[in-house]
Amino acid sequence: MDAAENRSEPREEAAAGAAPTLQVRDLSYSYGKAKALDGVSLSARAGRVTALLGPNGAGKTTLFSLITGLFDSRRGEIVIAGHPIRRARSKALAAMGIVFQAQTLDIDLTVDQNLRYFAALRGLPGRHARDRIAALLAEIGLADKAKAKVRTLSGGQRRRVEVARALLDRPALLLLDEPSTGLDIATRRWLTTHIHSLARDHGMAVLMATHLVDEVLAEDDLIVLDKGSVVASGPVGEVVLRSGAADLDAAFTRLTAGKPEAKP
Amino acid sequence: MNAAHAGRAFRAILWRELLRFVQQRERFFAALVRPLVWLLVFAAGFRATLGLSIIPPYETYITYDVYVVPGLIGLIQLFNGMQNSLSMVYDREMGSMRVLLATPLPRGYLLVARMLSGTAVSIIQVYAFLAIAALCGTEMPPSGLLPLLPVLVLTGLTLSALGMFLSSRIRQLENFAGVMNFLIFPMFFMSSALYPLWRVREGSVTLYELCRFNPFTYIVELVRSTLYLQFNATALAVVAGTLVVFGALALIGYTPARGGPAAGRAGGGG
Repeated sequence: MDAAENRSEPREEAAAGAAPTLQVRDLSYSYGKAKALDGVSLSARAGRVTALLGPNGAGKTTLFSLITGLFDSRRGEIVIAGHPIRRARSKALAAMGIVFQAQTLDIDLTVDQNLRYFAALRGLPGRHARDRIAALLAEIGLADKAKAKVRTLSGGQRRRVEVARALLDRPALLLLDEPSTGLDIATRRWLTTHIHSLARDHGMAVLMATHLVDEVLAEDDLIVLDKGSVVASGPVGEVVLRSGAADLDAAFTRLTAGKPEAKP
Repeated sequence: MNAAHAGRAFRAILWRELLRFVQQRERFFAALVRPLVWLLVFAAGFRATLGLSIIPPYETYITYDVYVVPGLIGLIQLFNGMQNSLSMVYDREMGSMRVLLATPLPRGYLLVARMLSGTAVSIIQVYAFLAIAALCGTEMPPSGLLPLLPVLVLTGLTLSALGMFLSSRIRQLENFAGVMNFLIFPMFFMSSALYPLWRVREGSVTLYELCRFNPFTYIVELVRSTLYLQFNATALAVVAGTLVVFGALALIGYTPARGGPAAGRAGGGG
């Protein structure tokens, strides 16, 4: 299956009111006897940023590992762009771009080599990959760093490259696992603006895990995860309203039993 | 699986391994110096003291340095397999393994591609070693060098599979040195790499039996017989069987449903 063949059309999906790009149904996962996720159901729609908000240890990274096929669970179902990950793993993964929480670039390779390596893994033909890499590096403001070794880049620049890498084959779904970890304020702002523009202007479905309330915008969909369970979900305004709190910060504190994360 | 996509991905994995190998010059020199020290120092000393009778595949009396070459080829591939294992544990800790395993291709294919790439690097090392050994006066039949290539693919894959299996079980980089000591040295010394098995039996029957059950013995003997254009069915069968066993264990080790967390550890606190 070629990567290009797997791509869905998020704009059309949004316009037609089709099924969400990502659907997670009744998903559970345990590390031995310790339950990490318990009956989690959620969805992410095309053209929207869905924030997965939860304190440390809530199960966000475990959930991401299951969605990206790194972990496997027989309890529950994950469907990406119409492809169940357990039965059609390759097609499901082809529809998804991923920015992992930890830095995953090869620091001994240049930016361009990293992106070309990944483009080949995704099946992009050489010329197409070269054009796409040039366009994405220009878009993230790092065109002049193409030949720079990743080890010479700052943490913020590396994160930008990882975002570009996730977008190489125009995925229908973009997953970001706490992407602002360790970044300065300017890069965090750029990241927030950029991913919202990807959803708004390119019709992409974005699922972003975070434990920072100030990274969630009023226009976003919100899922609050706590101790492995979804405790609230819906548009941000509705979640705040239902919680009876004055703002999202207070709502999050209330929903997660008074365990807010400190703001950076 | 689309063939063009699979081909591109394999070339990318191979290219990355070769690039890393070229960039890490110390690794290249270490890979060559190690067997050369055995050949030029150890074997030079033993040449005068250890007599070797005519044993297959040799058709005449040989000097000790000639005898030890297949064992040193095995040593190169053994170290390279462990280097691959270390590299995979490092990749896992650095996150690169997660990127590879989240690629939209069958996981088994990605792991085999990774093993083949590591094997390709070991084959380059082997031929570089053989060239230097020949320049230093060790006699080898040139006609055996080409038939040796497919055998090196098989033996390299077997040791890469062993390395990959180990990498799936090793939780931390710090644990690696212990595994190396407890695996590489016993495997190498308890084999026919340095002494013919009949010589070992003269010294210790127990050690002889251990050598007979060591798959590395058969890797060395397969290389030895091929280099001298002889077919060793027993060695071929044992090496192929070892590849199947370690390959299966490695694939199971990297299967998400069976201990895969070691392969793609979440690495986050969320």
